[in-house]
This record gives sequence, C-alpha cells and structure tokens, in this order.
Amino acid sequence: MNRWKLIEQSFFKAISFLAAYSVILILLFILYVIFEKGFSSLTWDTITRLPEGGYYFGGEGGILNAIVGSLYLSVGATILAVIIGLPAALFINVQLIRLKRTQNTIRYFLDALWGIPSIVYGAFGFAVMVFLGLSASLLAGIITVAFLITPILVRAFDEVLKTIPVELQEASFSLGSTKTETALKVIFRQGFAGFVTALLLAFGRGIGDAASVLFTAGYTDNIPVTLDEPVATLPLAIFFQLTSPIEEVRQRAYAAAVVLTFFILIISISARLLSRRYSKNIIK
Amino acid sequence: MKRNRRITDLLVNIWMRFGLYLLLSIPVLVALGLYWKASPLAKDHSVVDLVFSRNWSPTKGEFGFLPFIYSSVYVTLLSFILSAPIGLLAAIYLTQFARRHLLNTMLPVIDILAGIPSVVYGVWGVLVIVPLVSDSIAPWFDTASTGYSLLAGGVVLAVMCIPYVLNMLIEVFQTIPIGMKEASLALGATHWDMVKHVIIQKGFPGIISAFGLGIAKAFGETIAVLMVVGNTLDISLSPLKPGYPLPALIANNYGEMMSIPDYDAALMYAALLLFVIILVINLFFRYFIHKTERR
Repeated sequence: MNRWKLIEQSFFKAISFLAAYSVILILLFILYVIFEKGFSSLTWDTITRLPEGGYYFGGEGGILNAIVGSLYLSVGATILAVIIGLPAALFINVQLIRLKRTQNTIRYFLDALWGIPSIVYGAFGFAVMVFLGLSASLLAGIITVAFLITPILVRAFDEVLKTIPVELQEASFSLGSTKTETALKVIFRQGFAGFVTALLLAFGRGIGDAASVLFTAGYTDNIPVTLDEPVATLPLAIFFQLTSPIEEVRQRAYAAAVVLTFFILIISISARLLSRRYSKNIIK
Repeated sequence: MKRNRRITDLLVNIWMRFGLYLLLSIPVLVALGLYWKASPLAKDHSVVDLVFSRNWSPTKGEFGFLPFIYSSVYVTLLSFILSAPIGLLAAIYLTQFARRHLLNTMLPVIDILAGIPSVVYGVWGVLVIVPLVSDSIAPWFDTASTGYSLLAGGVVLAVMCIPYVLNMLIEVFQTIPIGMKEASLALGATHWDMVKHVIIQKGFPGIISAFGLGIAKAFGETIAVLMVVGNTLDISLSPLKPGYPLPALIANNYGEMMSIPDYDAALMYAALLLFVIILVINLFFRYFIHKTERR
C-alpha cells in the first residue's frame, strides 16, 4: 500500500484524536476554573443570607435573593411551558399522526425557533410587558422565559414521542378510547421518561439564562412575595457583581457562579438518572 | 358517562390546539412585538440608512448599526475559524475511529458543556482568556491590550459553539449508511480515505448546515460575549482591540434606553435585525438537516 496514504491516515487520526479529547479537557478546565476560584469564597453566609447594608461595597450578606429568585422564576416558567407545551407535543404525535408532512413542517419550525437567541426573547418580553402594562416583575420574567423554553420543551419531548409505534395508539383506539384518553393515558405514560428529560432540560435553560430576564425581571435585594414584584436571578447576580471594582463583591460573583454551575450539573445528572429509571415502565 | 367523555375530549382538544397554535405563532408575535416598539425609528429611517451608517450618537438622534454589525460578524467568524476544525475532527474521531464506548461517555460530556449557562462561560473568559490576551498574546505582538477584545470574544464563543456543532455533526455522521463505508473499505481504501471520500462527501450538506447553525448561535450569543469583548464603539481590524457586537449593545443599554428619545426604538430595532438574520439562517440550514433526516 502507498506509504503516503498511511502517513496521511496516521496524521489525521492523531489530530482528530486530539480534537476529541480536547472537548473533555475543555469541560474539565472550565469546571476547574469555576470551582477553584469560587469555592474559597463560598461560605454558608453567602448562600443563606440576603444582601445587607453596604453589600455592594463589600459589606455583609449573601446571594439568597438571587438563588430563591432564580428558582421562583424558572419553576414558574417551566409550569407555564408545560401548560402550553405538553398538549402541543401530544397533539403533534396523536392527532397529527397520519399527517407526516404537517408533523415534519411543525418540527422544522420548532427547530428553527430553538435557535433564536435569548436576547431577542428578552427584547420581545419587554415589548409584551409594555403592551400588557406590566412593570419589570416576576410575572414578566416568567412569561419571557416561558417563551424561550417552551419550544425546547416541546421539541425534546416530541423527539421521544415520535419513536412510539403507531400500533400502540391503534390498540388504544380499538378498545374504544377517545383521542384525549389515548394521548394522556397511553402516549404520555409511554413517553414519560422523555417528558422528564425535556422538563429538566427546559428548567436548566431557564435557570441559566441571563439575557432574557435582563429587561423584564428587574433586580432586587429581597425575595419577591407577589408576582408583580421584581426578582433577582443568579446569572444576573454573577453578571452585575463581576463588574464591581471591589474584590469582595467579585468574590461573591465567583461563589454565585459555583452555585449556578452546581445547579446545572445536578439538573443534568438527574435528567439522565430519572429518564433511565422511568424508561423501565415502557411497553416495548 | 359517555357524554362526559366526549366533552372532556372536546375541551382537551381545544386546549391542545391552543397550545400548538400559540407555539407556532411565536415567530410572528416576536416579529410584530419588536416591530411595534421599533417603528418610531423605522418610520423615519430606511433599513439601508440604519444598517450601513457608522454614526452612532443616540443623544443626537443618529443610529448607525454598522460598527455593531461589524463587531458581530468579526467575533462570529473568529469563533467559526477556531471551532469548526475541532468540531469536525472530533466528530469524525468519535463516530469513525473511536470505540463505541468513547462516544457513549462523550455524549453526556457534550450535553453538560452545552448546558453550562452563558454567564458561566463569561466568568471563565474573564478569568482565563482575558488575562491570557493581555499578558501573553498582546506583548507577543508588541502591542498593549486590556484583554477585553474581539479575540477574547471569539475564543469564548468558539468554546461555546463546539458542543453545539459537535452534537449535530455526530448525528449527521450517524445517518450515513454503514454499507457505503463497507463498500469503500472493501475496495481497498484506507480508513482515512473512506472518511474523506464517503463520510465527508456524503455528509457534506449536513456538515455545512451544522456549521451554519453554529454561526447563527454565535451571532446571537449575548452575555458571555458582552463580558469579555470590551464594548467600545470602534471599527478596527486588529483582534486585540475591543469590539461591540449587536447583542451586547442591546443588553448593555437597557438601563438608559428610556431616558434618550428613540433609544429604546433603536435597541428594539437591533433586536429585530438580530431576530430576522438568525431566523433566516436557521430556516435555511435546518431545511437541509430535515431533508437528510427524512431519507
């Protein structure tokens, strides 16, 4: 065999090997930098106390407002996304099961929506907020983030639903159940593992996104009690505190980054574990 | 009993339809909403005027988006040059050369990387890339740089795009029928020859689409870029100079936009531009991917 061909092959094998492993290294490097920098400033006070007097000049307090705010906001947005997205995903896979062309067109549009950057949703959320006469608040933030994560939730759930064989639906119809009953009691149950994954994926996107809530959620040192109060979020807490000239404040940004990364890792790992657990009940 | 079931069926059906229609109308709603808020500016100026003018001084009522578009294109291309080869080679290695086991361990890694919030990438960029540019790269070229530069933006974007592009490329390569690979190997091609002539050629539309979607993602990425790119209004060729991409403009000025006339309209106009550009790129390249998937 031609010697040059073998040399060429070994060369490309080597660099593609390096490229593949560099992806793992990048992840480890990022996690190392974030945790190494943040752990030293991550104290019990940081995660259990609200910002107190002079906090932004290095005073006492923590980022509890942002942690709780982020959870409120993304839980709210996920609930809203489920209310809109769950029936939509089931509709695509039950009512439209015979219309392959329509299904594919819908999927195509949803995929394209997935690519719209969050800052656009943020600006749009601002327009909606003005239109509805709201001010920057938890509710406005929830609506904006819901717009961002609903396409993600639907498309991820749909990806699992579309693998369910048509025969299962046919069996359900032949027993006399309505389309609704088939959708909710058969197809939803069969795709439950996928639903959990999609839910956590959407939740993760919601909790980590900063650009969409910049306009709509406001920022506050308190934990909101009602929907019309402004709310602080973790990504924005990181973003604002990192630009501070005071070292103590920047330290808290690093600590907040650790908290956020930790949340994302937990969500990502539990999505994997839960989907494995629930896929045991699937009829094959 | 029978009647109840039918009513439930009807109600749930309406609910399902409502959800789907609302979802499908999001792009229309976004376009209308943004246009509504941008219209004060769009009425007085033509698109060409706004997009190709370099004069940006909101207090004088001059809104030229050219410097921002320039910076956006600059960091996006930079990130593409840095991330495309790594993504492509990694996808080839994982699907063609490596054992199945490695791919299965890599998929969660890619998922986690893709799930890390953009603000965390930004923190990483501020801690690692910015000092690297100012302390090592700039002195090497005999210039001074604060580190907050187009280059830093490009690098951070590249790192963010790799998992996104890699994920799509792996899917593209997995759809190529195994028989084709076997046929090529049976004719005496080396493994790499097979990759070159079968995998890359057959997957070409998919590769281009994955790259295109990666570019679209980089173009719209906001917070991470905003944190490292410097945000200075300038059109310069050097990657060591700061820039001011379009998404950063929107995110950085939301505080002052209500105090200067037409400023809010200008920011909404910028968001509309971003939306239209990215939606068009997405629709275009997604079309290829859908076509290959259906086969």
